[in-house]
Amino acid sequence: MNHPKRILVILAASLLGLGAVGVAFSDDDDDDDRHGKRGERGGWVTSGADVAPVTNATYGQECGSCHLAYQPGLLPADAWARVMDPAALGNHYGDDASLTDDLSQEIGAYLIANAADQAEQTRARAFAVASGAKGSRQGAVLPRITETRYFVRQHDEIPARLVTGNPEVGSFSQCNTCHRGAADGVYNEHQVSIPGHGRWED
Amino acid sequence: MTSPLAIVLVTTGALTLSTPLLAADAAAGKAGWTKEYPASDDSAARSCATCHGRDLTQSGRQANTGKTIEPLAPSVNPKRLTDQAKIEKWLLRNCRWTMGRECTTTEKADFVAYIKTQ
Repeated sequence: MNHPKRILVILAASLLGLGAVGVAFSDDDDDDDRHGKRGERGGWVTSGADVAPVTNATYGQECGSCHLAYQPGLLPADAWARVMDPAALGNHYGDDASLTDDLSQEIGAYLIANAADQAEQTRARAFAVASGAKGSRQGAVLPRITETRYFVRQHDEIPARLVTGNPEVGSFSQCNTCHRGAADGVYNEHQVSIPGHGRWED
Repeated sequence: MTSPLAIVLVTTGALTLSTPLLAADAAAGKAGWTKEYPASDDSAARSCATCHGRDLTQSGRQANTGKTIEPLAPSVNPKRLTDQAKIEKWLLRNCRWTMGRECTTTEKADFVAYIKTQ
């Protein structure tokens, strides 16, 4: 009489246990990344950075004093080379970002060695396809992360009023304003919170 | 016989060269701080205050990226004016961006003198 009951208890406990494990595993789930495979990014075993965090202190300091130090995995090597060209740094998206030769060489080498086309992360590799549909702008102006095909596709459903029309955001270039983990290379949808709007559900 | 004369000449030369630094004028730096220059693109006229503000004890805001710029006044931010390379880097970049040219030695000395008083 007692026997089937005990089996039921064991079964129930096992199911509960499985459930807990499932919750633990899905906690850091990046299933919104339609193009990525969790395992390749380290998934739930590691912190789940979508692109490798910045490791070069000079880059973090020199470039991060004006804007988020965009991870090198957000552009391919040839794009970084164009950005870091000494003449181009003199007119850096409308700012003068001139560096001494030593610094621009060190930073350029770091960015190129860790560029999207060198990256292990699936999401970073997606940025290796540099130019979007706006091909006519290539060559004349500097490459932009926000114009890569992957970026455009990932953000095409977000209304302009939440970003460019949102005084608290202003521009798609301000990754960390909505992607709260951007400084650590975490860009998954679960860490998105748009100022004045809140979470973004695809 | 010639060496004392050479020393005198070199000393005089050094004094002459360093005159702009010795004569750094905080008042001129203050006046230059808010002087506006037309931008080469279609953006608004620029001055130092565009990003740093008029009150150097307050934080500023990078006009393009919106990033906060810590106060320049050494009275509230003692790290300011302590790193020669950093001073040179930003004077070069910011004079070019604001005025469309590099600052003269005198202008730079005046700006530094003004910031020091804040």
